[in-house]
Amino acid sequence: MPGCVMAEPERLLVMIGVIARLLTGLGHVAVGASSPVPAAAALVARELGGGRPTVSILGSESSNPFTDGGRELFDCAAQGRLDAFFLSGAQIDATGAVNLLGLGEPGRLRRRFMGSFGAPYLASLVPNVILFRTDHGVRTLVEKVDFVTAPGVDGRWLVTDRAVFRRAAGRLRLVSWHAGETPGTVRAATGFAFETAPGAGETPGLETAAAAELRGPVEAVLREVYPAFAAQLA
Amino acid sequence: MTATPAELAGVIPDGATLALAPDYSGCSLATIRELIRRGARGLHLVGLPQLGLQADLLIAAGCVAGIETAAISLGELGLAPAFDRAWRAGDVTVTESTCPAIHAGLTAAEKGVSHLPLAGVIGSDLVGLRPDWRLGPDPFTGEPGLLVPAIRPDFLLFHAAVGDKAGNVWIGVRRELMLAAHAARRTLVTVEEITEQDLLSDDLWAAGTIPALYVERVARAPAGAAPVGLRGRYGPDRAWLAAYAEAAREPATCKAFIDAWLRDG
Repeated sequence: MPGCVMAEPERLLVMIGVIARLLTGLGHVAVGASSPVPAAAALVARELGGGRPTVSILGSESSNPFTDGGRELFDCAAQGRLDAFFLSGAQIDATGAVNLLGLGEPGRLRRRFMGSFGAPYLASLVPNVILFRTDHGVRTLVEKVDFVTAPGVDGRWLVTDRAVFRRAAGRLRLVSWHAGETPGTVRAATGFAFETAPGAGETPGLETAAAAELRGPVEAVLREVYPAFAAQLA
Repeated sequence: MTATPAELAGVIPDGATLALAPDYSGCSLATIRELIRRGARGLHLVGLPQLGLQADLLIAAGCVAGIETAAISLGELGLAPAFDRAWRAGDVTVTESTCPAIHAGLTAAEKGVSHLPLAGVIGSDLVGLRPDWRLGPDPFTGEPGLLVPAIRPDFLLFHAAVGDKAGNVWIGVRRELMLAAHAARRTLVTVEEITEQDLLSDDLWAAGTIPALYVERVARAPAGAAPVGLRGRYGPDRAWLAAYAEAAREPATCKAFIDAWLRDG
């Protein structure tokens, strides 16, 4: 499943810290299917923000405020009531485009994944779409996706288990690398060429306060929706 | 008004378009079992907006000609194995969609109009896979626009906690079932229990109730959503689901697994 192959817990914690910082100050954050790391990050941001942002986790009964069925999330997004969402993909490319559908030529795929879900729509309507992959490698991070489920835009973030990128002038640039990595190791593990952003450096770790939230109230919600993931972090 | 799951399955003819809830919403596995038993063929499934175990079982049993969906999977257990095999063999056609396009298509059907405009999506290669979608400027703003056609399934089939003797069905917050019932020509439901109470007599219940106006038949089927589970009642049978995901990888073990499931129920 895209985004679901799990890295070492320490690296997942770094990813959670990065994403939680990106969500600070936002009003409403939604988390879709198969997104345990973003779910944890959004809940950490909510706890540190004293209840803000509001977090809607699809598939959760305890952290899901929607009462109008499956369409409500999408209606929210089109109206501008949703500030952030998360996407992964079987492939993510140098422009930040994601492919959730399959490998091969569009219309003549040789391998098919689960499908597009809401990505083609949400990617163009939600102001802060954060891309994530927990298995950064040359087959997942490619120069060009086989199928554009959703195109990228400048300003979009990509957070992986090795590094953080942000798109500028049409391509992803390396913003930071996690402890244990260097720009060289990240480059060797990435299927597209990239420049390093000015001021790039090592990714800050998960703050103590955030780690405390993760062990407390956040873990309780994670156990409901992503029990295997919660066990891995514990 | 009350019926059996087998009678519901008998109402759905071969070749029908059948809308099915995703695994989190309300799955009438009790009726899926009967559709397989009766050897249904040529069904066209519509995901609300995605498909899960129900679709994979029907595909494994050779009941399905095509699907329209935003995704098909076994959730955390990964790809739907029988679908994946049928797709590779070209035995099942896929009308690729995205969640909001399905909601919009159903909303158009609900309103009795031919189509609805949809925000976003333009820029995705998905648009190129849908010759039935229309691109053109929005007549009010002049901005690029996308129109998606109405989706009017022949049947909606789902499972819910409570129905009443008049055929009203309580779905709580699972409002995609309300939308789909408004959009579908005919709605068939299994329920855990049939209450003596009139669900429309109390606003607390009525607000989450599909009126009998939209519901053709209700069958009582305790544990009718097992092994997928039903919100607020019982959870998924994770061991069963994992065993299916494993067995369904190969045609022979898949058939043996489903045969055993049919014998048990």
